Amino acid sequence: MRAAPYLMSLPALVLFGAVVVVPLVMTVLLSFHDWGQYKGIEPVFILKNWEEVLGDSYFHEMFGRTFRIAFFITLLTAIFGAPEAYILNRMKSPWRGIFLLVILGPLLISVVARTLGWALLFGGNSGLVNKALSGLGLISAPLPFMFTETGVIVALTHVLMPYMVLAVWASLQRLDPQVENAAVALGAGPFTVLRRIVLPQVMPGILSGAVIVFALAASAFATPAIIGGRRLKVASTLAYDEFLNTLNWPLGAAVAVLLLLALVAIVWSANRLVERRYAQVFS
Amino acid sequence: MSKNGPVALAYHMLFVTFMMAPILVVCWVAFTPEGFLSFPIDRWSLRWFYAIARYPEFISAFWRSVWLGALSSAIAVTVSVPAALAIARYRFPGREAMTALFMSPLMIPHVVLGIAFLRFFTEIGLGGTFTGLVLSHIVIVLPFALRLTLASAVGLDRAIEHAAVSLGATEWVVLKRITLPLVLPGLASGWALAFINSFDEVTMTVFIAAPGTETLPVRMFLYIQDNIDPLVTSVSACVIVITVAALILLDRAYGLERLLVGKGATHGR
Repeated sequence: MRAAPYLMSLPALVLFGAVVVVPLVMTVLLSFHDWGQYKGIEPVFILKNWEEVLGDSYFHEMFGRTFRIAFFITLLTAIFGAPEAYILNRMKSPWRGIFLLVILGPLLISVVARTLGWALLFGGNSGLVNKALSGLGLISAPLPFMFTETGVIVALTHVLMPYMVLAVWASLQRLDPQVENAAVALGAGPFTVLRRIVLPQVMPGILSGAVIVFALAASAFATPAIIGGRRLKVASTLAYDEFLNTLNWPLGAAVAVLLLLALVAIVWSANRLVERRYAQVFS
Repeated sequence: MSKNGPVALAYHMLFVTFMMAPILVVCWVAFTPEGFLSFPIDRWSLRWFYAIARYPEFISAFWRSVWLGALSSAIAVTVSVPAALAIARYRFPGREAMTALFMSPLMIPHVVLGIAFLRFFTEIGLGGTFTGLVLSHIVIVLPFALRLTLASAVGLDRAIEHAAVSLGATEWVVLKRITLPLVLPGLASGWALAFINSFDEVTMTVFIAAPGTETLPVRMFLYIQDNIDPLVTSVSACVIVITVAALILLDRAYGLERLLVGKGATHGR
């Protein structure tokens, strides 16, 4: 009887052992192998790839860009997504369901199709975004979006926005509206209610949304590959190039493993911070 | 509950415009009669939708994606049902670690998984095969299947099973006649969510798909890398319409909010 849960989980455990754990271990090992243009991959144990990835300024710049882009995207989704989740939560029944579908739905629409949409909107100097911005008198000369960090940030903010709205929405569901009403009854203005009552209670939601968005933004592939092109590399597109164009698999594996380690470290410490700071909210 | 003011509603409309704009623009540009990308379009034409029929690689990639999604989601659900029942009903050493392992494909960047699968499948002789695609897709959609089967297994009233046992039902009869029918809605929506995620997956698949085993998103991605023309917008428009139709069906059947937020968040519906 004690073996029952293990037996029931056995198919999934075997599958994950064989198709997740083994390949990941192999990738870590691969990052220590040697590679040469003519000799291919040599199964030896050397630190060459790691020295290159950690020491070369090219990789510093590329990882710096990856995390800078991810930081701005996280900030933008939090600033714009959290108020929207709050507004959505205050809507009446039919509208609330409809707009929730409209805002969360894109999450399930192909990321390639959504990025294509941004490529069309940016589209060089005559793109619709530039036409709209200059029509509103906000800019005098067209801004470059394609193949720039700005373009990647705007497109990925759109791609990842539903995750932030979802996280804040989930934390709003736990909020007791009576507390807001009590604050109003005690004479608090709407701004005070937002700042002193609502914001502190949804903060854990914003932070957990931020962790998800940051992790997904730093490892995003299709959007930076299409909007950033070959000129603007991030960690994931660089690893792709090493694997499928240069064919230097060990170096690509080192880039990927470093990205994984950096993300695990960031997500883990962020979660620890959130849990410690908001222990009373979670318990 | 208090109402939204005019400023809030104006902000809301801007936000919805931002979320919808890139999706609508793809569908709009797809109707261009020109041989090149032009926007805005002044005349409407179905020319580029007919053109899809002349590119068999898009059609075959579409069907490959459908079969891949259906098969890997079905296997993922089948494997996750006993695991979900074990996690929901037993307290055993390693339970937390096991759950974390099954959920790990959500945390590990797909580009890292793609690289790991490419290396692994090449070593064991499955490189660029459909079998490799199925194995990898089972793994990446399993968290979605498990989450929904787990939710319905936790919500199961065990008194019903105990009643069946006390009335003389064997364990197998209880499983077949009581437990499985009760978790079936969870299984169906778990399968649907898994299917959509498999159908959309591009980052991991682009590493392991070879010419001849490319899925639709991979085919579209590689096409866009070369050039953006009206053909790829009409293919994208079709994908968007199919996904939206599936979304609306899923929302009617199960509730999108429940599907994405998890159980218990259904008030106000």
